[in-house]
Amino acid sequence: MNTLLQAVQVTKRFAGITALNEVSLDVAPGEFVGLIGPNGAGKTTLFNCLSGLTRFDSGSISFDGVDLSGVAVHQRARLGIARTFQRMELFTGMTVRQHLLVTDRAHSRSGAMWKDILTGSKARRDELQRVDELLDFLDLGADADRDVAALSLGRGRIVELARALMTQPKLLLLDEPSSGLDISETEVVIERLHEVNRERGVAILLVEHDVEMVRSLATRVFVLDFGTRIASGTTAEVFGDANVQRAYLGGVS
Amino acid sequence: MDGFIRAIIQGVPIGGVFALVAVGFVLTYKTSGVFNLAFGGQAFASAALYFKLHVIEEWPQWISLVLSVFVLAPLVGLILERVIFRHLRNASDLARLVVSIGMLVLIPAVMKEILDIATVVKHPVGILPDGLHPYQLFGRYPVSRDEISQVVFAVLAALLLAALFRFTALGLQMRAVVESARMTELAGIRSDRITAFSWALSSTFAGLAGVLIAPRYTTVNETYFFVLVVAGIAAAAIGGLTSLPRSLGGGFALGVTAILLRTYLPQDSIIANQIQPALPFIVLFCVVLFWKDRATVSDPLATVDPPPPSSASDDRGALLTWGTRGFWSVVLGLMAMHALVWGNEFRTTLYTQAVIYAIIFMSVTVFTGIAGEISLCQSSFAAIGAFATMQFADRFGVSVIGGAFIGAMIAALVGAALALPLMRLGGIWLALATLAFALLFESVIVNFDWVGGLVPLPKVPRPLLGTIDFENERTFFVLCVVALLLVAFVVVRVRNGTTGLFLTAMRGSETAIASIGVSRARLRVTAFALSAGIAGLGGGLLGMYSSTISYSSDFGPFIGLFWLVLVVNLSTRTVEGAMQAAAGFVLFPEYILKPLDLGGAYQYIFFGIGAITFARHPEGILEFQKRRSMNSIQRRIDRRSGRSSSSEMPSVDTPTMGTTS
Ligand SMILES: Nc1ncnc2c1ncn2[C@@H]1O[C@H](COP(=O)(O)OP(=O)(O)OP(=O)(O)O)[C@@H](O)[C@H]1O
Ligand SMILES: [Mg+2]
Repeated sequence: MNTLLQAVQVTKRFAGITALNEVSLDVAPGEFVGLIGPNGAGKTTLFNCLSGLTRFDSGSISFDGVDLSGVAVHQRARLGIARTFQRMELFTGMTVRQHLLVTDRAHSRSGAMWKDILTGSKARRDELQRVDELLDFLDLGADADRDVAALSLGRGRIVELARALMTQPKLLLLDEPSSGLDISETEVVIERLHEVNRERGVAILLVEHDVEMVRSLATRVFVLDFGTRIASGTTAEVFGDANVQRAYLGGVS
Repeated sequence: MDGFIRAIIQGVPIGGVFALVAVGFVLTYKTSGVFNLAFGGQAFASAALYFKLHVIEEWPQWISLVLSVFVLAPLVGLILERVIFRHLRNASDLARLVVSIGMLVLIPAVMKEILDIATVVKHPVGILPDGLHPYQLFGRYPVSRDEISQVVFAVLAALLLAALFRFTALGLQMRAVVESARMTELAGIRSDRITAFSWALSSTFAGLAGVLIAPRYTTVNETYFFVLVVAGIAAAAIGGLTSLPRSLGGGFALGVTAILLRTYLPQDSIIANQIQPALPFIVLFCVVLFWKDRATVSDPLATVDPPPPSSASDDRGALLTWGTRGFWSVVLGLMAMHALVWGNEFRTTLYTQAVIYAIIFMSVTVFTGIAGEISLCQSSFAAIGAFATMQFADRFGVSVIGGAFIGAMIAALVGAALALPLMRLGGIWLALATLAFALLFESVIVNFDWVGGLVPLPKVPRPLLGTIDFENERTFFVLCVVALLLVAFVVVRVRNGTTGLFLTAMRGSETAIASIGVSRARLRVTAFALSAGIAGLGGGLLGMYSSTISYSSDFGPFIGLFWLVLVVNLSTRTVEGAMQAAAGFVLFPEYILKPLDLGGAYQYIFFGIGAITFARHPEGILEFQKRRSMNSIQRRIDRRSGRSSSSEMPSVDTPTMGTTS
């Protein structure tokens, strides 16, 4: 099996605690993988290591055959890693449409200043079309021209998802995308994620407390607890595992 | 060995004064989170009052000392805290920094206006009678009474503070506030009173330092005290900006090291001669630069900066747009007539000056208005442009227009080189590093022959384009207007283009902009280089305008601070804002202050006060008013034409906060 993302024995310590203890994880191209674990297990920390926001103490991460050590956050994004944030990171002061436009520009690397000066960099038709397509895809049309500060938490999460998709990633890292969403919004997101994964072939690594969502979407699952990987395997295997049931799922199933 | 001991004995007194400043600075920084650059103004205030009372009015030393250090200084501190900074608790660090710069401009101007000491030529005197009286320490090392007083008071103040902390309830509470203001409040202690007290106390430290150091200077001039405070900040930075004992140690270390370096470096080079005054700036720059954690440490309870409001012109209908455009065309046309046709040559040159400053101020529009960062070395970039124009014309016979462009390029390159190591910093740290650079530029770099050190300084000729000779003031005015239009065009295009979009996004979230594949480093470097280049171009024009470059009066760091204050007063976002600031800089003293028979100091007073508004309206007060009146006119138009209000504006006073959970 060829792999898209490969993390090998990643260890990350914060003063006093070991947030990640030799965690290994892999995602194949186009695969849908779940990452679960109780609060404070180290899921977000692992995401930060993967996307380059946090330096880790030992271990290695490679993506698409490239060793990521020394590769900056924005370069990882250009390699095809996109993510959303558990603690939302929106461009306050910009509209939803502007979020996507900015991302499209970043993706097409058309940010040179001389272009601004010579051409004025007005939004082109093809850019607007791509933006509109994505807005439709995620049902964001009604909010397109609203400032993101005026959106509900759930809508904000969907904007983050849209922004991540706008970079046309190979791998999408989603940190609790359904928290704050109402039931119908969650349904839309589940459906869309399925579509993105199946039809566009985007690999997805999903962190989620909503076990049902993971169960219905992921084909493989990793389980973290106190920074240690306590289980991994196909969804059926992991959810059937007695250890996992005890440590994490408790009375759920 | 002898020289070593001598250096230490000379260095300790000055180090003591640095230490006083450092401790006072840390005290307010820790208790109220204000990075108080106005400290320099506070030190000046006490020194000036002491000078007035003792040296001019010949009051006894101790009365003068009590009034200036133990009455005026705490009073100033209290006023600053009560009237201003208490109300800015929720403003961003950067906003408070800008307000404190406004106060730094304001306080000395007020003091000079009240005390009327600007023209007195007398030497400042220390706090002991016959301060220059030398003693021989160990029979061979001379120390003066003034120096002894500097050491004694520094140590005494430190001991008193330590005792206060250790043995009094108030001191204990203060220590708690220093540890964590929020925690203290949660514990039910009102940190208000404690904050006020520590402002008064720290201001006393500033005043004491000012009075103690004054006899080292030839006159009582606010720039000396400003530089003193930066040295104090450097000392505090050595102590991590948080630890009082280490700040104290840092102060002494800085004083001694400076003298040691002067003693042991090869003599007679610019570096050796200037190392003593420049050392604090070098230290400050390095500390900021190598401060690894700073950029990542963030207060989880800190509020998100409200987003910059879109510019007022974004929300108006077509009719109003054309209306305002028409209005401004008429105003500008009238101004052009006023400058060129109806007036004499003096008026033309005045307007030319305003146009050139408008160009320089647009560098602030780019970096502060669009990129949302504060640079305190724009005046150095302008100076680079001016000197480059001069040098290229003088040495290589390059035409001055070419020289000005080369100067702008060099300034942009220096800006980029400076931004590269600084780019992971933002906010206050960037401001601090640029301030250190501006002071370093002044104390060292300017003095080199290949910058501005030639005596006499060559003249900058006016340009000559084919048959057009810009010696003529009216043609030169037109040239400057053309340059202004070009720069304005570039700024508007960048603001509305992809770069502007990226920068706005970065202000919203640094993390997210990187996560979509934009290099923050490159973005900052670009913005900084553009801003520096614009300042450099303006500096080149200013050089041509005045023909002899006078660095200290036109390009000094203090001037640079005032520029910033001016622009943030009016509008940082728009090109008009820069133009209005330039008018405020050049025309305001001539056409408003002069007829009212007010001195130039009032310019500093008015705009210094105005800087307070930055905390509430970071887009600039003029921009805010414009937006308000425009919205109301727009509503009126809408109502008359029967349209329902097109888009209800969110209230400007209470911007909705981010949506972070
Ligand atoms: N910047 C940091 N400094 C110190 N400790 C940290 C930091 N970030 C995370 N931690 C700690 O690391 C551990 C893992 O945190 P992390 O946020 O990765 O957990 P998580 O699995 O995402 O939890 P949740 O489900 O609540 O989001 C926690 O104990 C947390 O307190
Ligand atoms: Mg998490």
